[in-house]
Amino acid sequence: MADLLHEIKELIINSLNLEGTTPEEIGDDDPLFASGLGLDSIDALELAVAIERTYKVTIPDEAVGKQVFSSVKALATYVSENRAQ
Amino acid sequence: MRALVTGGTRGLGRAMADALLADGYEVVATYVSNEAAAEDARGRGIRAVRCDAASGEAVQAFFSTEGDFDLLVHAAGFTRDKLMMMMPEADFDAVLGVHLVGGFLVAKQAMKGMIAKRRGRIVFIVSPTALVGRAGQTSYGAAKAGLIGLARSLAREIARFHITVNCVSAGLVETGLTETLSDTARAEILRGIPLGRAGRPEEVAAVVSFLASDRASYITGQVISVDGGIT
Repeated sequence: MADLLHEIKELIINSLNLEGTTPEEIGDDDPLFASGLGLDSIDALELAVAIERTYKVTIPDEAVGKQVFSSVKALATYVSENRAQ
Repeated sequence: MRALVTGGTRGLGRAMADALLADGYEVVATYVSNEAAAEDARGRGIRAVRCDAASGEAVQAFFSTEGDFDLLVHAAGFTRDKLMMMMPEADFDAVLGVHLVGGFLVAKQAMKGMIAKRRGRIVFIVSPTALVGRAGQTSYGAAKAGLIGLARSLAREIARFHITVNCVSAGLVETGLTETLSDTARAEILRGIPLGRAGRPEEVAAVVSFLASDRASYITGQVISVDGGIT
């Protein structure tokens, strides 16, 4: 799980072009959107595409998205539970 | 560069597929039932794939095998013209299904690859009926007007990723779709066209080709009419 958390933080930084941010600066429980990293719902589209392509996990609707993108930990949990093996 | 043209094996869609092929795109065209038209398109170097744009499952399966596109042109559709009082709900649903719901379904899948690339072009083919109305075309007019609204809002959602979303409103163009018009309807339409004639498919395709190009990079959320001056 720690590896996946780190991997997802790197994915967030790369896919959202957060240059100057390091994985260590993103807390596992930090909210990704609104407050926290200051990302908005349009940024979430890009992250959703990156997650879908990297882990073959779909985020079917906004309600799931809201929950999944609440923190890196929530995202990692969703990915590990739903990824294609 | 890869282009997807829904309904691209015949009529206006085919003209656009041909134009994009000439522009150097690798072109994939979807069709539903006309195998002869699909074969003809294949003979010209278009990859014709059977897919009903109105079906979410079919569209998803299509994208999982065909991959990403730089350009989407949604031209698939048919009409079932009737006066509204005489129009079965199933006809209304079917026409909205292919034009409007189909537009939603294909754009939703196509935009993923475009977001990942941070570049893309989406073009919906619409009609003057959406802008000025035409008796007998409530379903078609509603579907095309719906696409215009969809395009304007979608343009705002994905502009950040350098994806443009526009509509090309094609007037009376000589295609299979217009052959179903009665002679009186055709004569009435022709009287209302300032340029006095029907358009040629390639005259519409030229605008799609422009919107797809880098030269159109600052145009999004627009409806561009190619209709001989009707609207």
